[in-house]
Amino acid sequence: MAKQNIELIVNGDRYQLTVEPSRMLVDVLREDLGLTGTKIGCAQGDCGACTVLMDGVSVSSCLTLAVEAHQRDITTIEGLAASPQDLHPLQEAFVQHGAVQCGYCSPGMILSAKHLLDHNPKPSEEEIRQGLSGNLCRCTGYNKIVEAIGDAAEKMAASGKEG
Amino acid sequence: MKTPSIIGQSIPRLDGPAKVTGRALYTNDLSLPGMLYGKLLRSPLAHAKITRIDVSRAKALPGVKDVITGADIPQVKYGNWRLVPQSQDEMALAVDKVRFVGDEVAAVCAIDADTAQRALELIEVEYEELPVILSVEEATAEGAALVHDESEGNVSLVRKIDYGDLEAMFAKADYIREDTFKVHPVQHAYMEPCSCLAASEEGDRVSLWTSTQTPYIVQCLLASTLGLPENNVRVMKVQVGGGFGGKMELRPWEFCASFMSLRTGRPVKFTLTRADELAFGRRRHAMSIYSKVGFSKDGKLLAKDFQVMLDGGAYNAMGPTATFLCGTFGNMLYNYPAYRYFGRHVYTNKPPASAMRGFGAPQAAFAAETQMNMVAEELGIDPIDLRLMNAMQTGDVIPDVATISSCGFKESLEKVRQISGWDEKRGNPKPGKGLGIGCFSFISGGVFNWFNTKYNFSAAEVKVFEDGTAQLATMACDIGQGPDTVLRQILAAELGIPIDKIRLISMDTATTPKADLGTWGSRVTLMNGNAIIEAAGKIKDMLRPVLFSELDLNQIHDVAFEDERVFVRANPKKGMGFAECVYKALRGREGEPLTARGYYTPRNKGLVSPAFSFGAQVAEVEVDTGTGLIRVEKMYTAHDCGVPINKMSVEGQLEGAIQMGLGYALMENLIMDDKGRTLNTTFLDYKMPTAEDMPPGESADVITYEPEGPYGAKEAGEGLAIPTAPAITHAVHQATGYRCMETPITPEKVLRALGKIK
Repeated sequence: MAKQNIELIVNGDRYQLTVEPSRMLVDVLREDLGLTGTKIGCAQGDCGACTVLMDGVSVSSCLTLAVEAHQRDITTIEGLAASPQDLHPLQEAFVQHGAVQCGYCSPGMILSAKHLLDHNPKPSEEEIRQGLSGNLCRCTGYNKIVEAIGDAAEKMAASGKEG
Repeated sequence: MKTPSIIGQSIPRLDGPAKVTGRALYTNDLSLPGMLYGKLLRSPLAHAKITRIDVSRAKALPGVKDVITGADIPQVKYGNWRLVPQSQDEMALAVDKVRFVGDEVAAVCAIDADTAQRALELIEVEYEELPVILSVEEATAEGAALVHDESEGNVSLVRKIDYGDLEAMFAKADYIREDTFKVHPVQHAYMEPCSCLAASEEGDRVSLWTSTQTPYIVQCLLASTLGLPENNVRVMKVQVGGGFGGKMELRPWEFCASFMSLRTGRPVKFTLTRADELAFGRRRHAMSIYSKVGFSKDGKLLAKDFQVMLDGGAYNAMGPTATFLCGTFGNMLYNYPAYRYFGRHVYTNKPPASAMRGFGAPQAAFAAETQMNMVAEELGIDPIDLRLMNAMQTGDVIPDVATISSCGFKESLEKVRQISGWDEKRGNPKPGKGLGIGCFSFISGGVFNWFNTKYNFSAAEVKVFEDGTAQLATMACDIGQGPDTVLRQILAAELGIPIDKIRLISMDTATTPKADLGTWGSRVTLMNGNAIIEAAGKIKDMLRPVLFSELDLNQIHDVAFEDERVFVRANPKKGMGFAECVYKALRGREGEPLTARGYYTPRNKGLVSPAFSFGAQVAEVEVDTGTGLIRVEKMYTAHDCGVPINKMSVEGQLEGAIQMGLGYALMENLIMDDKGRTLNTTFLDYKMPTAEDMPPGESADVITYEPEGPYGAKEAGEGLAIPTAPAITHAVHQATGYRCMETPITPEKVLRALGKIK
C-alpha cells in the first residue's frame, strides 16, 4: 500500500511525515521523532508501557496506527512537564515516593495517571488502582505508585493547577 | 563512631527524574548510523536433529547483510559455570540438533526489521524429530532419550549435603512425615524485553550495549565464544528495565550481534519481543521435591531428608547454582542435628530454567515451610511457636556452609505475630478467612567462585577533585533495584560530602575496575559497598596528612570527614574544607590525581555467603467458596536486612517481592502443550498481579548489625520473594481445608478440593 502523508502534533510541535499505513504510532514516535521515552513492553496492548495521550485520552500507541493520529494532539512523557527544567506534579510525586525502580513502566504509568486525574481530580485509592489496571509494573508492587498519584492529586487540587 | 546521617535515609533515586521524563535511555532506545537489524530463527520442535539448513535464498534477498548458522561460528561452548567446564553446554546457534522449542538455529541481519523478518522466512531447515522429554520423571526414567548425549541419564549435576547421623535421628524421632511437592515454572517478566547493540571497532574489537545484569560475565563469555582476547570486548549497559535473574548470562543475540557486526563492519541490534521472552526465555525452575522430617513429640526438629529434581530445561544456564542453593535453603532457618540433601539438575526439552529472584530458595521454602505448618498442626503446636523452638540464632553454625554472623529470625517471628494479630485472629476463626505463615532466609552475595574469576568479586574506584566533588567508577549494576543511589550514599557517608557531588561511572567493562560479578544473589550492597569503603579509606589516608601538617597536629588525633569538612574529631573547629584539603593534597603530589581502588572478596566465609537475611511473613486471605477465588487481604512482614542503607529502597524491594510472590502463588504459570510449545505467550494469558490485585501491607524492620556488611547492611528484597507462596498456601488451608502441594493455587484446585467440581 502506498505511503501516506500525515501531520502529527506531538507535545505542541507539528511534524509532517510520510508513513506506511501499517506503521504503529509508537514506532513513528520512537524511530522517526526520536521520542524514545515511550516504551515497548509487549507491543500487544497488554502492558501499558507505550501509553500516550491522544486528544487528552490515554491510548496504547502500540495498537494505534500512525495514520489514525493524523492531526491529533499527542502528549508523550517528554511533553508532560511545563518545561525541560520542571517536573509535572505527577513526575515529582513518582520520584519522591519511590514509585520508580527500573523505570521502564514509569512513562506509561504517569500518562495513565494523568488521564485519570484529568477525568477524576480526586480519585479514591480504589479508583487509582482501577485507573492503573492496564499498566503492568514488575518492580514496585504498585503501592508506592498509588501513593504517589494520590499525593499528586492532592497537591494539584491544593494549588488549583490543572496538570 | 556514630553512623553518618545519610545512612538509613530514604533518598529518592538519583536517576528518578530522568526516568519519569523519558530521558533515561534503555538499550532499545539506542541506534547508530548504518545500524542493521538482527533477527533469530528458532526451532519449532522441542527435540530434533538438523538434517539440512539452506540459507541461500535468505542471503540473496536484497537488503540482507549477513546470515549465520551454527556451522559458521567458532565451535566454543559457553555457560556461567566456568569452574566446571563440562557444565558449559550451550552454543549461540544450534549445531546438529535442537533441544527446545525456540532453540536458536540461525541469525540474520538486514537494513530494516521487515527485511530481516522476510529473510528468516526464506531459510530452509529440515529436521528429524527425536523423542521429546518434558518432565524430570520422563528424563530420569530407564532408557530415556538423552537431551545431551554426554549426560548420564539426563542428570547434568548432582549436589549432596550430608551432616549428622540421619538414620539415628530418624530412629529417635517421635513423629516422622514424608511429603512430595511440585512447584511450577514462572518468569521474571521484567518489563523491558532483552535488547543489545553491537558495534565493531578497529582491530577486531567490539563494543556491546546490552540489557544485562552481569556485564563482566558477558564480556568474558563473549570473548571466549568469539575467539578474541577478553580485552577486545567492551560491554556497556545503559538503564536496564528489570532483570530479577533473567539477564545474567551470555545470550545468543549478544553473540550474534557481535559476531555479525565484526563480519559486516556495521552496528547490529537485536531486540526480543514479549512472545520471545514468554515462550523461550529463562524461567524459575519447576521442581519435584520429596521431604521427610523427624521431630520429637515436644516439637524439636531432629532430621530432614530432602530430595529434589530440578527441571533444568535444555541447558544448564544457572541451574547448578539453583541446585546448590535449593539444598542450602532446604535446611536454613532451623537447627537440624541431621540433614541430607540430594539434588539433581535434570535436562528436559524445555526452555532453560535459570536464576530467578531467590535462586532455588522459593521452591525449597515452599516445600519446607508448608511441611513445617503441617507438622505444627499434627503436633498441636502453634506454627510460630514451633518455629521459635527451632529457629536459628546469631552464632549458629550450618556445617560446611556458614556461621550465622547476624540473625533476627526469632525477633521477626515475634514481630510478625504481633503486627498480624496472629493469636487473636487464630483464636477467632471466621468462615472463608485464613491466616498463614511463611519464613525465609537468603544470601548476601555468593562465596562460591563458579565463574572462576581471577579478579576480586567486587571493585570500586574513587577519585576526588579540588572542587570538592568525587567520582565513583564501578561495574556494579543498577537494574532497577537501586545501587546507583545506595552505593553513592555509602561513598557520601565515607567522604562526608553530599550525594549530589558524586558522579557515577558504571557498568562499562573498559573503564571501571575489574571486576564486579554483577547483580545477582543480593550481592551488590554488601560486596560493592565494602569495596567502596576500602577505596574511600585509601583516599582519606591521602588527605589526612594534609591536616596533620597544616595544623601541626599530634599524631594521636582522629580525623573526621563530615559535612564537607576534614577536621579533628576531638576539636571540630580545627580543620578545613574538604575541597581545600583535596587541593592541598594535590599540590603535594606533583600532579598525580587522588585516585584509589578498593576491593572485596569474601574470604573464610564458608561455602555459601558472607551474610544471611531472615524474615517472616503472614498472609491474610479470604476465599470465595462459591468461585474458588482467593483474595489476599493483607500481607504482614517482619524482616531482618541488617541496617537498611536506604529505607525507601528496602520498602520498594519488599512491596515488589510481594507482587512477584503473589503471582507465583496464585496466577502466574507457563503452560506448555505435549510438544513442548508454550501456550501463553502474551501478558493477557500470562497473568501477573495488577495494581488492583495488590493487597495492602504492613511491615516491621528488625534491625540487626551485620558485621560483614557496609554499615551493618545485608540482603534486602530478594529473600522476600520466598515466603509469600507458602504463607498464602497456609492461609488458604486455614480458610478452606485445602492444602496446595502442587503450585499454583488456582480456583479450580480449590473448588475440586471442596468437592464443588470433579
